[in-house]
Amino acid sequence: MLALIDVVLLAFLAVTAVAIVRLRDLFAAVMVTGIFSLLSAGLFTVMDAVDVAFTEASVGAGISTILMLATLAVTQDVEKKRWRRRFSPLALGVVVVTGAALVYGTSDMPRYGDPDAPIHHYLAPHFLEHTPDEINEHIPNVVTAVLASYRGYDTFGETTVIFTAAVMVLMLLGGAATIDRRRPGGGRMGANVVLRASAKPLVPLILLFALYVQFHGDFGPGGGFQAGVIFAAGLVLYALVYGPDRAQAIFTGRRLEALVALGVLIYGGAGVAGIVLGGEFLDYDLLAADPQDGQHRGIFLVELGVGITVAAVMTTLFLLFTGRGQPAPWEDRVGESEGTP
Amino acid sequence: MTLDPGLYNYWIVILLMMTGLYTVISRGNLVKKVIGLNVFQVSVIMFYVSMGKVEGGMAPILVEEAEAVYSNPLPSVLMLTAIVVGVATTAVALALAVRIHEAYGTLEEDEILEKEYGAAGPGAADGPVDDHEPG
Repeated sequence: MLALIDVVLLAFLAVTAVAIVRLRDLFAAVMVTGIFSLLSAGLFTVMDAVDVAFTEASVGAGISTILMLATLAVTQDVEKKRWRRRFSPLALGVVVVTGAALVYGTSDMPRYGDPDAPIHHYLAPHFLEHTPDEINEHIPNVVTAVLASYRGYDTFGETTVIFTAAVMVLMLLGGAATIDRRRPGGGRMGANVVLRASAKPLVPLILLFALYVQFHGDFGPGGGFQAGVIFAAGLVLYALVYGPDRAQAIFTGRRLEALVALGVLIYGGAGVAGIVLGGEFLDYDLLAADPQDGQHRGIFLVELGVGITVAAVMTTLFLLFTGRGQPAPWEDRVGESEGTP
Repeated sequence: MTLDPGLYNYWIVILLMMTGLYTVISRGNLVKKVIGLNVFQVSVIMFYVSMGKVEGGMAPILVEEAEAVYSNPLPSVLMLTAIVVGVATTAVALALAVRIHEAYGTLEEDEILEKEYGAAGPGAADGPVDDHEPG
């Protein structure tokens, strides 16, 4: 049964990918990309990667779709049609040859689901076997244990990358805008009564769910990355319906920027605390009298830091993109004349 | 080489990857290129997660049963952070696209090159040659 679902979903995924390439209407392409993400989230669940599915569903079908739509709103939403761009034999040739080489390469791969594949030896059995005694017997989700403790360095690096990306987007879009950033109150969606009425009770529920995912990540699928994205989705929904100005009444740009850094600081702080207490960086054993309690405390802090950073980064990104506003009609001409040397 | 149905997942992954690559190479629109990169990224994630699956296994959340079989937790960990990092870097790419649009008034690669090098096209200069279309 699962194999059948796997085959069908993968076939859908392939069809959707081809549709994405062929669509000229960028708006439609972005929406299909959302479907693509949702399908892949379903596939990840079939393949037992529930945490990945959770992340893909909230990121791919949620935040990344919204960011792309925001980009289209301030730029253009149709790909220009050019006869010579319709079909590119060179590109097709490169792709077919590379694809054929890769398919040939798969003949040496272990079969799908093979328990004897090399990837399932070495570290994975160690993690599965020793999480209860090395980390904490009350953390059944091995993915969380590996993410926050065994591979804490790696996750710290990833959190820093997210932080850096937010700084870059801030530099690109946050500075003195060349165009008017003010738009008359609320988005176009704000005018719709049904949307306003249905969004209002949804927003607190989404935020509450985000907190549940954050603090339940040790026991089930979830954790800081997913929770941060869901929390941001709640704020983004509010901003979409009620306008970015009202959303920024509490989460002003300044405060969000501080939160972006705060999360990384909490993570790094939990690491440095290990050094101060006489251990190594990100050594949680020393954070409490009992190493198991220490591990739990460390994982809690690290996940909290990740959650804060991710939520703040995603909300900041959304506000930066939408804050860019529509260029006034004369602005386009200015850009054009500047472009010609 | 043998064509084993147990490799079906990997073939679809390769198909997706090549679709993404084709989009990046052949399309001139910058947002479309970013979408292509996203498809490529999902294919890589799919590849890792496919390798982590164990026949008859379950999600790596420990249960009381002693005989339980779990799928590999490691690809999950690596990929779940990769997705969030992916959206952050996508945002950087989109921000660049927005700024390019503000400067040139277009997202089409050839129109940008035209504005940069003049109507004669970039063929004579250092720009990519394949974009040169006389007349």
